[in-house]
Amino acid sequence: MNVLTMPSISYSALAPILFLLLGGVAIMAISALRRRPLSSTATTTLTLIASVSALVASLIEWAHVSTSPATSTIAGALAVDGFSVTIAITVSCATILATLFAHHYLERMAIASAEYHVLALTAAAGAVVMGAANDLVVVFLGLELLSIALYVLVALNRKSQASEEAALKYFILGGFASAIFVFGIAFTYGATGSTNLQTIGNTLSASVAEKPSILLIGLALLLVGFCFKIAAVPFHLWTPDVYQGAPTPVTGFMAAVAKVGGFAALIRVLLAGLPTARSSWEPVLTAMAMATLLGGALLMVVQKDAKRMLAYSSINHAGFLMLGIVASSSAGLSADLFYLFTYSVATLGTFGILTMVATASDDDAGLSRLRGLATKHPVLAGSLTVLILTQAGVPLTTGFIAKFGVIEAAIGSSAVPLSIVAMVSAAIATFAYLRFVLNLYAAPEGDLQSLDLDGSTTSPTAVVGVAITVAVSIFFGVVPSLLLGLTSTASNHLLP
Amino acid sequence: MSIPLSWFIVLAVVLFGIGAFGVLVRRNVLIMFMCVELMLNAANLALVAFSRSLHDVGGEATVFFVLVVAAAEVVVGLGIVVAIFRRRQSAIADDLAEMGG
Repeated sequence: MNVLTMPSISYSALAPILFLLLGGVAIMAISALRRRPLSSTATTTLTLIASVSALVASLIEWAHVSTSPATSTIAGALAVDGFSVTIAITVSCATILATLFAHHYLERMAIASAEYHVLALTAAAGAVVMGAANDLVVVFLGLELLSIALYVLVALNRKSQASEEAALKYFILGGFASAIFVFGIAFTYGATGSTNLQTIGNTLSASVAEKPSILLIGLALLLVGFCFKIAAVPFHLWTPDVYQGAPTPVTGFMAAVAKVGGFAALIRVLLAGLPTARSSWEPVLTAMAMATLLGGALLMVVQKDAKRMLAYSSINHAGFLMLGIVASSSAGLSADLFYLFTYSVATLGTFGILTMVATASDDDAGLSRLRGLATKHPVLAGSLTVLILTQAGVPLTTGFIAKFGVIEAAIGSSAVPLSIVAMVSAAIATFAYLRFVLNLYAAPEGDLQSLDLDGSTTSPTAVVGVAITVAVSIFFGVVPSLLLGLTSTASNHLLP
Repeated sequence: MSIPLSWFIVLAVVLFGIGAFGVLVRRNVLIMFMCVELMLNAANLALVAFSRSLHDVGGEATVFFVLVVAAAEVVVGLGIVVAIFRRRQSAIADDLAEMGG
């Protein structure tokens, strides 16, 4: 008789995922069992407890993995290495910040807060799974856990037509991308005989692939699927509409967590699973990175809506992150991890402030509405300025260190043309960012009454969130060594 | 006499192509939705065919995960479609152009 042997499970490595998921399930169960809906303060508190527990668990796990070699758990399904733990730390921090910004918004818009928090925690768990996934099937499961929760989050503002429209566009294109991704898994499996990234890597390095054409088709399909998720040109078409239509705090959450999850999985699949096929994917990725850098920066200049502009800004950031993958060195990996963390914080802060100054129905984020914000709310406008300049990559902010890091890594791997394109795109993007900032300090047009919103600009949780994001963006910009030490340790702890 | 692997793969590719073409060309949201499902099932067919030829159960196990995820996706997708249909009495993608994208 066959005995079913249970694989060994390292629960300490799973703890961040479990805390996030358990938090979501707990909020869902409690709100289902009660007669009256949970107050938004209670759900926010529970979400904060869950995400802070996940952060603490990943920091404890960090102390463990940074001193021991990378391993995998659950029969090789999840990697336990510095990379996966760093992604868990980044996603937990992003969830904490997003919760702080969402709290007042959900009350103001009368959106069921329990639903938002359950879905946000589920999506965050999906992103952590993607960061640790060591098997293409697990990558797919993490991706869907993240995406399906995000489809609903985008549609959460039922009163807004734009929110529903954005959700449908995101859903159709997201589903399309997932189907392409699964087809890619099927072909990669057919060519290598396994979905486990280590086994794929070993098979490919031991011998030339048995069916090279099948492997190439699989690789191409996987890349297309990923590029939809990370919004790389030419697969970025959904991004501006979804960013604009989604409720503003959801946009911030999505911009941070979906990007982190997508890039984490892409990095691991390409660098851990398919490094031997580098000659095949590197030219494609280089070309797409150039298109993404320039497309994002050029289209950012012509936008009249703050959320659309930031959507193209996130596309531009995706291009910079692709630089770190093209470099495919330990320096590139470290730079990408640093970039992902600092980008998440800055973008969450930016969307957090946009949430605070949003109209009562959150349907107009035009740049002209923000004109003269500095005269009304000087502190808020100053914080927004810092965060936007961080995204632009101005020295003494984390954005500069991040952009410097990826370009340095790309030059180190002799990807010089791509680095030049990156620097040009940074200059173009800076024009758009500076125009955005000058707009805040321009003389106000008409009355600014519309910017005074029932105390949402003084919501204590959001103020704490803004303070944290601004402090992190400046502190690690002036003293980056602490965070850089962490990411470079992590980059040397990628499961080979 | 057994059917060679390539036949299954060609069928899967054809089904996938029909699905992808449908998503890009058809304008009714429900049909686009069905085309995505067709693409997922083409992938399932390819997984099972490869699994058989490799004598490895991994691909067949993957299919179960894909089926479950596809079902979850349908639940969310139909929910969004119903919410939109209630408001506009239409499920045509071209009518959804409020944001101009």
